[in-house]
Amino acid sequence: MNVTFTDEELAFRDEARTFFREEMPEGIADKQRLGVPLDRQDFVNFQKALYRKGWAGYNWPVEYGGTGWSTVQRYIFGAEMAKANAPGIITFGLGMVGPIIYTFGTDEQKQRFLPDILESNVWWCQGYSEPGSGSDLASLKTRAELAGDHYVVNGTKTWTTLAQWADWIFCLVRTSTDVARRQEGISFLLIDMKTPGVTVTPIITIEGNHEVNEVHFENVKVPVENLVGEEGKGWTYGKVLLQHERTGTARVAATNYRLNKLRRQAAQPVRGAEPLLHDRSFMRKLAAVEVELKALEFTELRTLAAVASGKAPGPESSILKLKGTELQQAVDELFLEAAGYYALPYVPAQYTLDFPLEDRVGENNETLSSLTYFNFRKASIYGGSNEIQKNIIAKHVLGL
Amino acid sequence: MDLSFTEVQTMLIDSIDKFIANDYGFEQRQRYAASDSGFSQDVWATFAELGWTAVPFAEDDGGFDGGPVELMVMMQRFGRGLLVEPFLANVVLAGGILRRLANGEQKAGWLRPMIAGELQAALAVTEPQSRYELADIRTAAVAEGDQWVITGTKGVVFNGGNAGLLIIPARTSGEPGDRQGVTVFAIDGTADGVTRTRYPTVDGHQAAEIRLDSVRVGADAILGEVGHGYDALEAAASDATLAVCAEAVGIMQAMTEKTIEYTKSRVQFGVPISSFQALQHRMVDMLTACEQSYSLLLWACMANADGTDDAGRAISAIKYQVGTAGKKVGQEAVQLHGGMGVTWDLDIAHYFKRLTAIGQIFGNADWHLDKLATN
Ligand SMILES: Cc1cc2nc3c(=O)[nH]c(=O)nc-3n(C[C@H](O)[C@H](O)[C@H](O)COP(=O)(O)OP(=O)(O)OC[C@H]3O[C@@H](n4cnc5c(N)ncnc54)[C@H](O)[C@@H]3O)c2cc1C
Repeated sequence: MNVTFTDEELAFRDEARTFFREEMPEGIADKQRLGVPLDRQDFVNFQKALYRKGWAGYNWPVEYGGTGWSTVQRYIFGAEMAKANAPGIITFGLGMVGPIIYTFGTDEQKQRFLPDILESNVWWCQGYSEPGSGSDLASLKTRAELAGDHYVVNGTKTWTTLAQWADWIFCLVRTSTDVARRQEGISFLLIDMKTPGVTVTPIITIEGNHEVNEVHFENVKVPVENLVGEEGKGWTYGKVLLQHERTGTARVAATNYRLNKLRRQAAQPVRGAEPLLHDRSFMRKLAAVEVELKALEFTELRTLAAVASGKAPGPESSILKLKGTELQQAVDELFLEAAGYYALPYVPAQYTLDFPLEDRVGENNETLSSLTYFNFRKASIYGGSNEIQKNIIAKHVLGL
Repeated sequence: MDLSFTEVQTMLIDSIDKFIANDYGFEQRQRYAASDSGFSQDVWATFAELGWTAVPFAEDDGGFDGGPVELMVMMQRFGRGLLVEPFLANVVLAGGILRRLANGEQKAGWLRPMIAGELQAALAVTEPQSRYELADIRTAAVAEGDQWVITGTKGVVFNGGNAGLLIIPARTSGEPGDRQGVTVFAIDGTADGVTRTRYPTVDGHQAAEIRLDSVRVGADAILGEVGHGYDALEAAASDATLAVCAEAVGIMQAMTEKTIEYTKSRVQFGVPISSFQALQHRMVDMLTACEQSYSLLLWACMANADGTDDAGRAISAIKYQVGTAGKKVGQEAVQLHGGMGVTWDLDIAHYFKRLTAIGQIFGNADWHLDKLATN
């Protein structure tokens, strides 16, 4: 039993490390360091850099232009990306709809959509949730009625992340109500956001940013060739995605990166104050989170080892999202506590590249700590809330 | 034993409840918070007219002689109504210094106009480095002839941008951390050498960073005695701690009620989500947290009203309680609202932000627990 990487894996790790250090597109590292929000172009530039390296399809098979990496390589890749404080890949295209299309789509669809996804020429968003259908996704009501060679779509999707930047949306829609199980009337449809009848209205989230939207469909004509797979089978395809969303969200490496950063900060005096390192109760809490995070890292490695040896991952895989979001939020709380009074100023305007550093309120981006804390309450809500995760584990893992 | 409110207290409660129900809806609150001053001048004038700004002051100073219990019932309701008006900054903090230290002339010049709603005031409780140590005062005042020259920086001063009157504790002798050697000065907000950077805070209120660059004042600017201002500062901060705890309890109660209502109306899987036992237990825990917090709040108010030996411990106890139980209630309320809980347009998010902010000021839960453990 050991957790050492093979020589090839170590070589790959070094290559990834070098790549993230040396080929991060202009401006991104500065923005990340200074707490400046990334814009659409930054994400696209980053993903295009990955594409040029041949790494955009990090989870895709070789035949569709992917890397064909092993689970261990994917793990190393993700970990190095987090350690480099890279932006993270916007998952809707590369992580979600791409795999659905190459798994269930027609050859035509593969040729039409996959290259642009891989090259990040087209921004995708995810249209699953609706105002009346969150945890109970199968109750969704957005209708798609067949009329000759196209569907007519009517309804509203909500919480659609970054729809304001999206060119295309993949949707779960209801194509039939005349079915035994409501899941059977759901289909998977690809919709061009420029189609007449599609409108996007912003939803501002708790911390004041625009990252989610409502997307309305009013008599939107969608060609039948945009249906993926079989009509009425969308639920099973969509579920594959949800499953993917759940395993991808442990975010151990990213949380670890932030925890280390906090540890380093705690050793420094802030604004002439005593370093937090001398605050025993704070440091004990930090250490407790470190312990739990280490455990989660090994839980993830166990999942990985199982998959690598060709076995199905055990029950440990189901706790990844649950525990991962809890720890992510625990670190958010620590940053908040560390900031003290300086968690209060609401000064988003100072987080631009040209705002003079010496004029900023607070040091170490500490006025962002509250905004991050507020915003990331979402982590235990989206992608299947933590309550729903527990229901799933109770039912499918414990058999209750 | 009698835990009921007096007739006067009941009238105060009723008038605030009525005002909030009729004139202080969430949309109005959001509009006021987004305005330049961060609150409504009209509402503030109403506060003064109704006598709310006068409650904690002596009758001789134009007040109503109210104590911790009156302050509690008011703040609890301000919490429920999520008010953004600078009651804490003016009445509890600045007022808390003025009523303890100001002489007759100073009261006439500053306290009465403040009570009348005509003068905005702020007390600089913290410096950028001081975190929760009140006595870590590095702003220095040096005597030059019959003048004092003040230099230093104050951080996150509530209402500091609006204030015509800035109350500035400065060190006239001793070292940062000493209780001796702190003198409290009253400074005109627009005086030469005062630079203010004002900003909104995440909870919809406002604060400012204040730089004092050789600000010159006369002896008439000194509140109380030279070198002996610390006790009043500590007392005002202690009042304010109790006040924000009462506000927090009001917020926790409102969030709990709103969460129960929401889960009863939100249908998923064909049933109201309130029918899921997993959520029911969580709401029972929220209720428990609210009740326990309210109980401690009552104790803290009575201990402070009577000035018993454990009055200081009671403040730390309730601040610790609202820090921990408040965090729990706030997070649960958001979680049980699902995506709605993290939207700007819903009041839950703003209750959560104010509750979080309260947890960060006047000592966080750990800081007060440390005090309880070691004193
Ligand atoms: C910031 C953000 C980004 C998002 N991005 C997207 C996106 O890009 N695309 C998309 O399609 N969706 C997106 N979502 C939607 C997200 O998936 C839903 O918010 C989530 O599924 C929860 O649904 P809901 O918000 O309607 O909450 P509800 O389903 O109404 O749940 C409310 C509360 O009840 C609990 N609950 C519900 N059912 C049960 C049960 N059976 N047992 C116990 N507890 C239960 C929930 O856990 C929650 O605490 C996003 C959400 C957020 C907040």
